Amino acid sequence: MSDIADRVKKIVVEHLGVEEDKVTESASFIDDLGADSLDTVELVMAFEEEFGIEIPDDAAETIQTFGDAVKFISEAA
Amino acid sequence: MFDLTGKTALVTGASGGIGGAVAKALHGAGATVGLSGTREAPLQELAAELGERAHVLPCNLSDAEAVEALPKQAVEAMGGLDILVNNAGITRDSLFMRMSDEDWQSVLDVNLTSTFRLCRGVMRPMMKARWGRIVNITSVVATAGNPGQGNYCAAKAGVTGMSKALAQEVASRGITVNCVAPGFIATAMTDKLNDEQKARISAGIPAGRMGAPEEIAAAVLFLASGEAAYVTGATLHVNGGMDMV
Repeated sequence: MSDIADRVKKIVVEHLGVEEDKVTESASFIDDLGADSLDTVELVMAFEEEFGIEIPDDAAETIQTFGDAVKFISEAA
Repeated sequence: MFDLTGKTALVTGASGGIGGAVAKALHGAGATVGLSGTREAPLQELAAELGERAHVLPCNLSDAEAVEALPKQAVEAMGGLDILVNNAGITRDSLFMRMSDEDWQSVLDVNLTSTFRLCRGVMRPMMKARWGRIVNITSVVATAGNPGQGNYCAAKAGVTGMSKALAQEVASRGITVNCVAPGFIATAMTDKLNDEQKARISAGIPAGRMGAPEEIAAAVLFLASGEAAYVTGATLHVNGGMDMV
Protein backbone atom coordinates (compact mmCIF):
# COMPACT_ATOMS: atom_id res chain seq x y z
CA MET A 1 0.00 0.00 0.00
CA SER A 2 1.26 3.44 -0.90
CA ASP A 3 2.42 5.96 1.62
CA ILE A 4 -0.53 8.20 0.76
CA ALA A 5 -3.01 5.40 1.39
CA ASP A 6 -1.42 4.71 4.77
CA ARG A 7 -1.65 8.34 5.81
CA VAL A 8 -5.25 8.62 4.61
CA LYS A 9 -6.18 5.44 6.45
CA LYS A 10 -4.60 6.72 9.66
CA ILE A 11 -6.71 9.89 9.50
CA VAL A 12 -9.90 7.92 8.79
CA VAL A 13 -9.25 5.47 11.61
CA GLU A 14 -8.48 8.22 14.09
CA HIS A 15 -11.32 10.47 13.08
CA LEU A 16 -14.12 7.97 12.72
CA GLY A 17 -12.90 5.58 15.42
CA VAL A 18 -13.20 2.52 13.19
CA GLU A 19 -11.09 -0.65 12.94
CA GLU A 20 -8.30 -0.45 10.41
CA ASP A 21 -9.44 -3.54 8.50
CA LYS A 22 -12.84 -1.94 7.89
CA VAL A 23 -11.18 0.81 5.84
CA THR A 24 -11.10 -0.94 2.48
CA GLU A 25 -10.79 0.49 -1.01
CA SER A 26 -14.56 0.54 -1.54
CA ALA A 27 -15.56 1.45 2.02
CA SER A 28 -18.00 4.35 1.96
CA PHE A 29 -17.37 6.88 4.71
CA ILE A 30 -21.08 7.36 5.31
CA ASP A 31 -22.59 3.94 4.49
CA ASP A 32 -19.84 1.68 5.81
CA LEU A 33 -17.81 3.68 8.29
CA GLY A 34 -20.58 5.49 10.13
CA ALA A 35 -19.63 9.03 9.18
CA ASP A 36 -22.24 11.78 9.14
CA SER A 37 -22.11 14.64 6.64
CA LEU A 38 -20.19 16.84 9.06
CA ASP A 39 -17.62 14.05 9.55
CA THR A 40 -16.98 14.02 5.80
CA VAL A 41 -16.32 17.77 5.87
CA GLU A 42 -13.90 17.28 8.74
CA LEU A 43 -12.15 14.43 6.94
CA VAL A 44 -11.63 16.65 3.92
CA MET A 45 -10.25 19.37 6.20
CA ALA A 46 -7.86 16.83 7.74
CA PHE A 47 -6.74 15.61 4.31
CA GLU A 48 -6.09 19.17 3.20
CA GLU A 49 -3.89 19.74 6.21
CA GLU A 50 -2.03 16.45 6.08
CA PHE A 51 -1.18 16.77 2.39
CA GLY A 52 -1.00 20.56 2.05
CA ILE A 53 -3.58 20.63 -0.72
CA GLU A 54 -6.86 22.43 -1.38
CA ILE A 55 -9.86 20.25 -2.02
CA PRO A 56 -12.61 22.37 -3.59
CA ASP A 57 -16.19 21.73 -2.46
CA ASP A 58 -17.30 20.21 -5.77
CA ALA A 59 -14.38 17.78 -5.65
CA ALA A 60 -15.03 17.00 -1.98
CA GLU A 61 -18.52 15.85 -2.90
CA THR A 62 -17.12 13.18 -5.20
CA ILE A 63 -14.98 11.69 -2.42
CA GLN A 64 -17.35 9.06 -1.07
CA THR A 65 -15.06 6.12 -0.33
CA PHE A 66 -11.59 5.53 1.05
CA GLY A 67 -10.48 4.64 -2.49
CA ASP A 68 -11.90 7.92 -3.83
CA ALA A 69 -9.90 9.86 -1.25
CA VAL A 70 -6.63 8.10 -2.00
CA LYS A 71 -7.14 8.53 -5.75
CA PHE A 72 -7.97 12.23 -5.46
CA ILE A 73 -5.07 12.99 -3.15
CA SER A 74 -2.59 10.96 -5.22
CA GLU A 75 -3.50 13.06 -8.23
CA ALA A 76 -3.50 16.37 -6.36
CA ALA A 77 -0.46 16.00 -4.10
CA MET B 1 -17.73 31.42 37.30
CA PHE B 2 -17.42 32.50 33.68
CA ASP B 3 -13.66 32.26 33.54
CA LEU B 4 -12.39 32.74 29.97
CA THR B 5 -8.68 32.53 30.74
CA GLY B 6 -6.85 31.13 27.72
CA LYS B 7 -9.78 31.71 25.37
CA THR B 8 -9.65 33.97 22.33
CA ALA B 9 -12.59 36.09 21.24
CA LEU B 10 -13.33 38.14 18.13
CA VAL B 11 -15.84 40.95 18.59
CA THR B 12 -17.17 42.87 15.60
CA GLY B 13 -18.45 46.39 16.00
CA ALA B 14 -16.15 46.79 18.98
CA SER B 15 -15.97 50.53 18.37
CA GLY B 16 -19.64 50.83 19.27
CA GLY B 17 -21.36 51.02 22.64
CA ILE B 18 -22.50 47.42 22.95
CA GLY B 19 -19.46 45.94 21.18
CA GLY B 20 -17.07 47.84 23.40
CA ALA B 21 -18.86 46.68 26.52
CA VAL B 22 -18.83 43.09 25.26
CA ALA B 23 -15.10 43.26 24.55
CA LYS B 24 -14.47 44.64 28.05
CA ALA B 25 -16.57 41.93 29.68
CA LEU B 26 -14.86 39.07 27.82
CA HIS B 27 -11.45 40.61 28.44
CA GLY B 28 -12.31 41.10 32.09
CA ALA B 29 -13.08 37.38 32.34
CA GLY B 30 -9.59 36.59 31.08
CA ALA B 31 -10.06 36.22 27.33
CA THR B 32 -7.73 37.56 24.67
CA VAL B 33 -9.87 39.80 22.48
CA GLY B 34 -9.71 40.81 18.84
CA LEU B 35 -11.40 44.15 18.37
CA SER B 36 -12.92 44.60 14.95
CA GLY B 37 -14.71 47.56 13.48
CA THR B 38 -14.68 49.97 10.59
CA ARG B 39 -13.15 52.91 12.44
CA GLU B 40 -9.66 52.18 13.67
CA ALA B 41 -9.15 55.08 16.09
CA PRO B 42 -11.77 54.05 18.66
CA LEU B 43 -10.53 50.46 18.44
CA GLN B 44 -7.00 51.60 19.23
CA GLU B 45 -8.33 53.62 22.16
CA LEU B 46 -10.18 50.61 23.51
CA ALA B 47 -7.14 48.36 23.04
CA ALA B 48 -4.99 50.87 24.92
CA GLU B 49 -7.54 50.93 27.73
CA LEU B 50 -7.62 47.14 27.95
CA GLY B 51 -3.83 46.80 27.80
CA GLU B 52 -2.53 43.26 27.32
CA ARG B 53 -4.49 40.58 25.47
CA ALA B 54 -6.14 43.07 23.08
CA HIS B 55 -5.65 43.15 19.30
CA VAL B 56 -7.02 45.65 16.81
CA LEU B 57 -8.41 44.07 13.63
CA PRO B 58 -10.10 46.72 11.48
CA CYS B 59 -12.57 45.38 8.91
CA ASN B 60 -15.21 46.85 6.66
CA LEU B 61 -18.03 44.34 6.86
CA SER B 62 -19.55 45.42 3.57
CA ASP B 63 -16.33 44.28 1.87
CA ALA B 64 -16.75 40.53 1.22
CA GLU B 65 -13.03 39.85 0.84
CA ALA B 66 -12.17 41.66 4.04
CA VAL B 67 -14.83 39.66 5.88
CA GLU B 68 -13.44 36.38 4.53
CA ALA B 69 -9.95 37.36 5.69
CA LEU B 70 -10.96 38.49 9.20
CA PRO B 71 -11.15 35.06 10.93
CA LYS B 72 -7.71 34.15 9.57
CA GLN B 73 -6.28 37.47 10.76
CA ALA B 74 -7.82 36.87 14.16
CA VAL B 75 -6.29 33.40 14.41
CA GLU B 76 -2.90 34.79 13.41
CA ALA B 77 -3.07 37.62 15.91
CA MET B 78 -4.45 35.66 18.84
CA GLY B 79 -3.28 32.11 18.15
CA GLY B 80 -6.81 30.74 17.97
CA LEU B 81 -10.45 31.65 17.76
CA ASP B 82 -12.77 30.20 20.39
CA ILE B 83 -15.45 32.84 20.63
CA LEU B 84 -17.08 34.94 17.91
CA VAL B 85 -19.42 37.78 18.78
CA ASN B 86 -21.19 39.18 15.73
CA ASN B 87 -22.22 42.52 17.07
CA ALA B 88 -21.61 44.94 14.21
CA GLY B 89 -24.70 46.36 12.62
CA ILE B 90 -26.00 49.30 10.66
CA THR B 91 -29.40 50.87 10.23
CA ARG B 92 -30.81 52.62 7.18
CA ASP B 93 -34.27 53.45 8.41
CA SER B 94 -37.07 54.57 6.18
CA LEU B 95 -40.74 53.94 5.70
CA PHE B 96 -41.34 50.73 3.85
CA MET B 97 -42.99 52.45 0.89
CA ARG B 98 -40.00 54.73 0.50
CA MET B 99 -37.25 52.21 1.14
CA SER B 100 -34.70 52.04 -1.67
CA ASP B 101 -33.19 48.78 -2.88
CA GLU B 102 -29.85 50.17 -1.78
CA ASP B 103 -30.96 50.76 1.82
CA TRP B 104 -32.48 47.29 1.89
CA GLN B 105 -29.40 45.61 0.47
CA SER B 106 -26.77 47.41 2.53
CA VAL B 107 -28.52 46.48 5.78
CA LEU B 108 -28.89 42.86 4.67
CA ASP B 109 -25.25 42.76 3.54
CA VAL B 110 -23.73 44.06 6.76
CA ASN B 111 -26.15 42.63 9.31
CA LEU B 112 -26.95 39.24 7.81
CA THR B 113 -24.50 38.29 5.06
CA SER B 114 -21.36 39.32 6.91
CA THR B 115 -22.58 37.41 9.97
CA PHE B 116 -23.05 34.35 7.76
CA ARG B 117 -19.56 34.74 6.31
CA LEU B 118 -17.91 35.17 9.70
CA CYS B 119 -19.74 32.18 11.18
CA ARG B 120 -18.61 30.10 8.20
CA GLY B 121 -15.06 31.40 8.55
CA VAL B 122 -14.68 30.41 12.20
CA MET B 123 -16.04 26.90 11.76
CA ARG B 124 -12.70 25.36 10.88
CA PRO B 125 -10.78 26.37 14.01
CA MET B 126 -13.78 25.69 16.24
CA MET B 127 -14.45 22.24 14.74
CA LYS B 128 -10.81 21.30 15.18
CA ALA B 129 -10.83 22.49 18.77
CA ARG B 130 -14.13 20.70 19.48
CA TRP B 131 -15.10 23.88 21.30
CA GLY B 132 -16.62 27.09 20.09
CA ARG B 133 -19.02 29.84 21.05
CA ILE B 134 -20.84 32.04 18.59
CA VAL B 135 -23.00 34.82 19.96
CA ASN B 136 -24.94 36.84 17.44
CA ILE B 137 -26.36 40.14 18.58
CA THR B 138 -29.84 40.48 17.13
CA SER B 139 -32.54 42.83 18.35
CA VAL B 140 -35.93 42.96 19.96
CA VAL B 141 -37.23 44.11 16.58
CA ALA B 142 -36.39 40.71 15.07
CA THR B 143 -39.46 39.36 16.87
CA ALA B 144 -41.45 42.51 17.60
CA GLY B 145 -40.98 44.44 14.35
CA ASN B 146 -40.55 48.19 14.23
CA PRO B 147 -41.99 50.69 11.78
CA GLY B 148 -39.31 52.25 9.60
CA GLN B 149 -36.97 49.30 10.05
CA GLY B 150 -38.23 46.73 7.58
CA ASN B 151 -34.70 46.02 6.38
CA TYR B 152 -33.20 45.84 9.87
CA CYS B 153 -36.01 43.63 11.21
CA ALA B 154 -35.60 41.27 8.26
CA ALA B 155 -31.84 41.05 8.73
CA LYS B 156 -32.04 40.42 12.47
CA ALA B 157 -34.81 37.82 12.12
CA GLY B 158 -32.64 36.24 9.43
CA VAL B 159 -29.73 35.99 11.84
CA THR B 160 -31.99 34.31 14.39
CA GLY B 161 -33.06 31.60 11.95
CA MET B 162 -29.57 31.14 10.58
CA SER B 163 -28.20 30.73 14.11
CA LYS B 164 -30.67 27.93 14.84
CA ALA B 165 -29.74 26.07 11.65
CA LEU B 166 -26.02 26.34 12.38
CA ALA B 167 -26.57 25.42 16.03
CA GLN B 168 -28.12 22.12 14.95
CA GLU B 169 -25.31 21.36 12.53
CA VAL B 170 -22.43 21.83 14.95
CA ALA B 171 -23.89 21.01 18.38
CA SER B 172 -22.19 17.59 18.36
CA ARG B 173 -18.82 19.30 17.99
CA GLY B 174 -19.00 21.30 21.19
CA ILE B 175 -19.90 24.50 19.37
CA THR B 176 -22.87 26.54 20.50
CA VAL B 177 -24.60 29.26 18.50
CA ASN B 178 -26.88 31.65 20.32
CA CYS B 179 -28.33 35.11 19.99
CA VAL B 180 -28.66 37.99 22.39
CA ALA B 181 -31.54 40.28 21.49
CA PRO B 182 -31.12 43.71 23.07
CA GLY B 183 -34.10 45.94 23.59
CA PHE B 184 -33.72 49.66 23.83
CA ILE B 185 -30.09 50.23 24.82
CA ALA B 186 -28.54 53.66 25.21
CA THR B 187 -25.93 53.85 22.42
CA ALA B 188 -25.08 56.02 19.43
CA MET B 189 -27.35 53.87 17.28
CA THR B 190 -30.46 54.45 19.38
CA ASP B 191 -29.64 58.17 19.56
CA LYS B 192 -30.54 58.31 15.89
CA LEU B 193 -34.15 57.36 16.58
CA ASN B 194 -36.44 60.38 16.69
CA ASP B 195 -38.21 61.53 19.85
CA GLU B 196 -41.51 60.07 18.75
CA GLN B 197 -39.94 56.65 18.26
CA LYS B 198 -38.12 56.88 21.58
CA ALA B 199 -41.24 57.93 23.47
CA ARG B 200 -43.28 55.12 21.96
CA ILE B 201 -40.65 52.53 22.78
CA SER B 202 -39.99 53.81 26.32
CA ALA B 203 -43.67 53.68 27.18
CA GLY B 204 -43.64 49.98 26.39
CA ILE B 205 -40.77 48.99 28.66
CA PRO B 206 -41.95 47.47 31.94
CA ALA B 207 -38.55 48.17 33.50
CA GLY B 208 -39.21 51.85 32.81
CA ARG B 209 -35.74 52.64 31.53
CA MET B 210 -33.33 52.04 28.71
CA GLY B 211 -30.78 49.28 29.11
CA ALA B 212 -27.04 49.76 29.45
CA PRO B 213 -24.49 48.18 27.11
CA GLU B 214 -23.01 46.36 30.11
CA GLU B 215 -26.30 44.54 30.57
CA ILE B 216 -25.98 43.11 27.07
CA ALA B 217 -22.34 42.26 27.67
CA ALA B 218 -23.27 40.22 30.75
CA ALA B 219 -25.61 38.06 28.66
CA VAL B 220 -22.90 37.59 26.02
CA LEU B 221 -20.37 36.64 28.68
CA PHE B 222 -22.69 33.92 29.97
CA LEU B 223 -23.30 32.46 26.51
CA ALA B 224 -19.55 32.56 25.74
CA SER B 225 -18.65 30.69 28.90
CA GLY B 226 -18.03 27.02 29.50
CA GLU B 227 -21.00 27.02 31.86
CA ALA B 228 -23.37 27.68 28.92
CA ALA B 229 -22.29 24.52 27.05
CA TYR B 230 -25.83 23.12 27.05
CA VAL B 231 -27.45 26.31 25.75
CA THR B 232 -27.59 26.43 21.97
CA GLY B 233 -29.92 27.79 19.32
CA ALA B 234 -31.39 30.07 21.96
CA THR B 235 -32.07 33.77 22.04
CA LEU B 236 -31.52 35.55 25.31
CA HIS B 237 -33.83 38.56 25.35
CA VAL B 238 -32.41 41.47 27.29
CA ASN B 239 -35.03 44.14 26.96
CA GLY B 240 -36.44 45.16 30.32
CA GLY B 241 -39.56 43.17 29.58
CA MET B 242 -40.63 45.15 26.51
CA ASP B 243 -41.13 42.00 24.45
CA MET B 244 -41.59 38.73 26.30
CA VAL B 245 -41.10 35.84 23.90
